[in-house]
Formats: sequence, C-alpha cells, structure tokens
Amino acid sequence: MRIYLDFEKPLEEIENKIEELRQTKEAGEDVDSELANLELKVSRLRTKIFSELTPWQRCQVARHPDRPYTLDYINRITDEFIELHGDRAFADDPAIVGGLSKINGQSVMIIGHQKGRSLKERIYRNFGQPNPEGYRKALRLIRLAERFSIPIVTLIDTQGAYPGIGAEERGQSEAIASNLMALSGIQVPIVSIVIGEGGSGGALALAVADRIYMLENSIYSVISPEGCAAILWKVTPGSPNTNLSTAAEALKLTSRDLLSFRIIDDIIREPQGGAHMDHNEAARNIKRVILNSIEELRTYSTEELLENRYNKLTSIGEYTEMDDREMGMA
Amino acid sequence: MAWFKKTGDPETDKTVKIPQGLWVKCSSCKEIVYSKEFIKNLEVCPKCNYHSRIGAYTRINLLVDHESFSETNPNLVSADPLNFVDTISYKERLTISQEKSRLKETVVTGLASIKGIPISLVVMDFSFLGGSMGSAVGEKIVRAVNDAIVNEYPLVIFSSSGGARMQEGIFSLMQMSKISAAIGRLKEHSLPYLSVLTDPTFGGVSASFAMLGDIIIAEPKSLIGFAGARVISQTIKQKLPEHFQEAEFLLSHGLIDMIVDRKDMQKTITSLLIMLINR
Ligand SMILES: [Zn+2]
Repeated sequence: MRIYLDFEKPLEEIENKIEELRQTKEAGEDVDSELANLELKVSRLRTKIFSELTPWQRCQVARHPDRPYTLDYINRITDEFIELHGDRAFADDPAIVGGLSKINGQSVMIIGHQKGRSLKERIYRNFGQPNPEGYRKALRLIRLAERFSIPIVTLIDTQGAYPGIGAEERGQSEAIASNLMALSGIQVPIVSIVIGEGGSGGALALAVADRIYMLENSIYSVISPEGCAAILWKVTPGSPNTNLSTAAEALKLTSRDLLSFRIIDDIIREPQGGAHMDHNEAARNIKRVILNSIEELRTYSTEELLENRYNKLTSIGEYTEMDDREMGMA
Repeated sequence: MAWFKKTGDPETDKTVKIPQGLWVKCSSCKEIVYSKEFIKNLEVCPKCNYHSRIGAYTRINLLVDHESFSETNPNLVSADPLNFVDTISYKERLTISQEKSRLKETVVTGLASIKGIPISLVVMDFSFLGGSMGSAVGEKIVRAVNDAIVNEYPLVIFSSSGGARMQEGIFSLMQMSKISAAIGRLKEHSLPYLSVLTDPTFGGVSASFAMLGDIIIAEPKSLIGFAGARVISQTIKQKLPEHFQEAEFLLSHGLIDMIVDRKDMQKTITSLLIMLINR
C-alpha cells in the first residue's frame, strides 16, 4: 500500500482508477486509450504538485516513510559493501551505519545516518538519532579511510542527535565537536549528500565536506520547524499547523534556499513525485554525482584540497560593521 | 536545535537581577542575599556557591591585567540573511537587545595579558540574545583564533550560550564547523586553548569550540550540555536525575578537566598557561 501525504491525495484517486483499469485490461477489456489518458493526467498532476511544494510540504516529503534511506542507497550504488561496526569504546550505534565499499571499481568509505522502516526497525535505529558512540564510530571509519587514502561519502538523514541522559553522560557535545574539527582536516576527499532530513548539529557532524549536495526534496536546518515554532510562536503539540508552515518558510531550509546561500554546491534531482516513487532512479542520480565529485576532487593535491575546504568552511557567515552612532553608544 | 530555551529573551530564569534594591535572590538555592555581599563575592552566591551569569566586560576585568585589554572587531554584528520575522523581525530583535544589553553582539574579543602572559581572549555574554551564536559570533571567534596564531598567543574562551541563533537559520549552524575548523588550525600550531564553560553552555556552542579545549574548565554548578533538560525530559518522558548537566556531573563523567571557582580563575589559568608554554 502506498502512503499518500495530504497534498498527494488528488493523485490517489486517479492512481486507484488506473489500478482498476489495469485489472480489467488483464480480464481482456480494451481500455488502452483510457489508461494512457489517465497516466498522462496523473503524471502532469504529480509534476504540478511537486513543483509547487511549500517548504512545510517539502519537510513532509523529506520525512516520507517510503523515502529511501542510507542502506537503500548503499545497496543500489555499490558493487560491494562491508559494514564495519562499533566505536571500540562503548557500543555500536545502529543510528549510523558505515563501511568499506567499491563503487564502479573504486574504494569508497560510506557513512550515513540510518532510519528504520518498520516500527521494530525504527526503534532499533533509534529513529535515526545517533548517540555519541555513533559519531565516534564514524570518526574511527573516517580516520581509517584517511590512512588508506580512500575517499569518503556521507549520507545525511537525521532529525538530530539524540537528546537523552546517556547521550549527555557520554559526551554528545564532545563527540559532535570532535567530528567537526577532525573532518575539517582529513586528508582525503569528502562528499556529503543530504538525502532526507539534515537536522542541526547531529547532521552537520557528518557533513563537513569538500562538496555538499542536497536531494531536491531534502531539508537542512539549524532547528526543526516544530522546535522553532515551539520557541518563537509558542506552539505546542496538537495546535494547528499554520505556524509550522510559517516556521518552515522562515527557516529557509529547502535545497533551493541553501543553494542560493551557496551553503551547498548543487541540488540532485529526484524522480517525478519524489525519491520515494523510484528508489532506483534516485540512487542512479546520487551515484552519478558521487563519481563525478570524487573524480574532480582527486585532481587537487592534498594541500589544495585542505586549503579549499578550510576557506569554504570559514567563509560562511553574513555580518557587517556597525557604527557606534547607530546605537547611540559612542 | 531545540536545545535552547527562550533564545531571544534576554531575561532568562537564571538571571540574578543586580539590584537597585538591597537584596538579591539566588536563582539556584533561592536564598535571599545582601546585594553588596553578593557583588563583593564576584556575583557568586555565598550560600550555595552558584556562580551567577556575569557580563563580558565584568569578567574581563576580573581576569586580565589592569588596562591590558584591547578589544578587536568591536563593531562586527550579524546581518539578517534570512530576512527572519517571527513575532517581531530579527532586525528589531537585534536592536532591542543592543539597547538592553549595551552590547553590540554576544561575544567580546580582544588581546590582553594575564599575569604578564599575552593571550587572545574571547568572552561570551548571555545577556545578548541568550548568548546565541550567529554569523558575527563565528567570524569574531575565527578572527580571535587567527590573532592567536599570528601572534603565537594562547587562546582563552569563556562560553555562555543557549546554542545556535535560529533567526540566522543554516548560517548559525555553519558557524559550528567554521569555528571548529579554525580551532583545528590552532592545534596544528601547538598553541594552547583553554576553554572555560560558564552557566549555561549548550547546543551549538558546547557541540563545537567549547568542548574542543586542550583543557576544559567549568565554573561551579554551571549547566552544561548538548540538549536542554526540557527537550530531554520531553523526549524520554522521564524525570531527570538530580544535578543532571551541572558542572559536577560533567566532571564525574570525565567530560571536563576541572571545576574552578571564579575567585581562583585567574590564578588557575595563569598556572596552566605557564606550564603549557613552559615559561
Ligand atoms: Zn545560592
């Protein structure tokens, strides 16, 4: 059963009709022209709906329960993948997966946040919210890749690092901070792709990279629309959605916003109707970008790579000089 | 990052109002304290030793050699790249906070000496938009790190922050990696970085430069963490243990090097620097 989001409902009716017609066709009736007609109609409608998504609707697509997750991509883009586990200190965190792979014959370290699809798996993956040991596992794999000159690809998909007692006891802040600092100086190419939710520091801890891309309907933000609305508009769970829409809009968290701010390098197109409609096509699009980026980044010397990354990281920010008189402080 | 509560509201629950009046109420133990005594005690509660939030310039005066502080980039302020508006516009919010706090931004940076040792100094001030980190904070700290590198000075940062400044959206998030990259460069130069955590240090600040100190010091009873207590208890639907996220909790979990009273801060920092730079 397909899951339809609110704004996808107009598609549901037509798609159900198409399904009915297909069954009558199998029974021998001539419905070809009607079927073609409806398929064209649904395709146009889908394109229209998805070209006009509001930021809040895009958040829902980014969190769509059928959207491909890190392992769905890994299975589709690698020739071979061997998962590596654990931080060698405390535990293995299933909310982050990582390992060695071959993509078109070349070695790549792939690391990503991992959400679960069934309820059981979602709980096992802690809803894709890592604990410190997840970030420390990632750092271990990053350092391993560096030692063997293997490029690193990270896939970003989390609503945020886990806010829990154990996470605080084991140094969630320190784990994230250490990754940020380490990634800024790692001597191999790093490519990051936001595939779903880029939720604040818990996302950024894997997303310090030479090239950063976002899938068309993914989001990347300092705070979730829910969190933002709760603080600024005093929205509580269960209150109407209008403030969530406003917050999502105000935060400027879509791929187009981030490209316009030049925080990301490019947007990766999704299949018509979103990545959840065709996992294979979404994976092909991502694979192409990964291969091209790695090829391009390999042309730089290590020194150039690190200098460019440092300049990219430290040039982000919008500030200005303020006159004393403007505040009457002189 | 829902770890900061009431960002944008400088009047937060733990602010101890320094009075026109004769008495102040300690926000930690709720005892009433004679305000002269409180101020003489460096704004530390004489009953429970809670180190209340103090302004950046007050802290600088307590720490550095007399008249040794020269401020850098005093006029650098955040722009408004998102044109952010909630109940009021971000621009208005900045203006109001500037007037209320008499500060232009959350962070004060400069060069100073401490018992004759030159340092690059960064001090955050919670009274400006809850110490939140936006583009100006990121840029000023990166410049202070560069000042340390160019002059071969140690870096000392006092943190106090609710986290990222959400009115600057993704730009505020990216200050975490910006500053962390700069700290990485500092470490390549083998220059010491002392990080002092004061009440409160959370979110984007704790999860970046605050936790990257070569030595991490905290003031007694300061609340320090990644996520705010309210967000955690809502997520796990449990009551939090007593003294959760207090400096002493972090010390016992191995997350910081030491807890130092405000009155001993100058002496401790001086000794550490002398040992590290082997003077
Ligand atoms: Zn007290």
